[in-house]
Amino acid sequence: MALRTLASRKTLAAAARPLATAAAAARGVTTVALPDLPYDYGALEPAISGEIMRLHHQKHHATYVANYNKALEQLDAAVAKGDAPTVVHLQSAIKFNGGGHVNHSIFWNNLKPISEGGGEPPHAKLGWAIDEDFGSFEALVKKMSAEGAALQGSGWVWLALDKEAKKLSVETTANQDPLVTKGANLVPLLGIDVWEHAYYLQYKNVRPDYLSNIWKVMNWKYAGEVYENAAA
Amino acid sequence: MFYGYTLEELIKEAYNNGNPLPEYNNAAQVWNHHFFWESMQPEGGGSPGRGVLQQIEKDFGSFTNFREEFIRSALSLLGSGWVWLVLKRKERKFSVVHTQNAISPLALGDIPLINLDLWEHAYYLDYKDDRRMYVTNFIDHLVSWDTVTLRMMRAEAFVNLGEPNIPVA
Repeated sequence: MALRTLASRKTLAAAARPLATAAAAARGVTTVALPDLPYDYGALEPAISGEIMRLHHQKHHATYVANYNKALEQLDAAVAKGDAPTVVHLQSAIKFNGGGHVNHSIFWNNLKPISEGGGEPPHAKLGWAIDEDFGSFEALVKKMSAEGAALQGSGWVWLALDKEAKKLSVETTANQDPLVTKGANLVPLLGIDVWEHAYYLQYKNVRPDYLSNIWKVMNWKYAGEVYENAAA
Repeated sequence: MFYGYTLEELIKEAYNNGNPLPEYNNAAQVWNHHFFWESMQPEGGGSPGRGVLQQIEKDFGSFTNFREEFIRSALSLLGSGWVWLVLKRKERKFSVVHTQNAISPLALGDIPLINLDLWEHAYYLDYKDDRRMYVTNFIDHLVSWDTVTLRMMRAEAFVNLGEPNIPVA
């Protein structure tokens, strides 16, 4: 699959690299790889179609990974040369593609087939914290759906935990900005992709329908685990 | 608040120097889309008319350079937005720019000549994630150079391009 192709290509490239650049590689650049999905592409149907999941993973996420790795290697070369303008210039590619990789890696874990418990509301500590900070689980779902629908252009809507203040909040970020750009203390519990590529083939322009169906495959168990680790 | 404004005036005013008022997005997207429909024609593409071509050659070196710059700019937009050919008022030259989401060069004081929608909804059903193929087909087969000629004639009423070299419509 995509992951394997990427890995073998990288190994080949590394083997072919002359000694001088092998030294540069040894010094530091650790590239990232496209993670496998924890379920089949079609496993989230009918909430999200298999075609969307396949393109989203194999094309979009894979492109963020490839472009992030490319930017990292360019950054490494620029740092080695002390080329400050290039180091600064690369920041937007790193933020966009690195953010795309970070965000999608979280997103895949946020979803779960219904047969495996997707859509089951949160229990225990996260469930209580949601009641405390939003009034009820339904109120949180309504708030995230509304803010996701209102987001202008491409971006993400998040359920965030401020790990210092121990408080939950709903945040939005533009494009592929990861949640950390909204505050260093914010930990993403759930992220919903509201780029059109995440829903257009199935929902066309009706983003609110996508946002109402995605809750049926939400992995609250994962969000609860992240919450308990971060809030501890 | 904007009673009696033309759409163009409203867009400029509601852009509010980069802190858009709530009225901005929908107003600008109406204008941007209307402008986009007229930027295309069946069996479009090919080569621009003489006056437009001369200005492109003057400002980009060649039509090929312009075409490459248009595609490069479209592909380097991160997220949703538009790519444009504009006439820069102050510099009095053509330029390719891209803008995020609903931002229009109108609001920035420049005169748009072509735009292409780069929101994923504009191409996803036909091209999936292949934005390059979509942009290439637009510039090679869809763009209406007749419309651009008319827009350039109008623009020359506001911007002196140096020569009384008005293109023939």
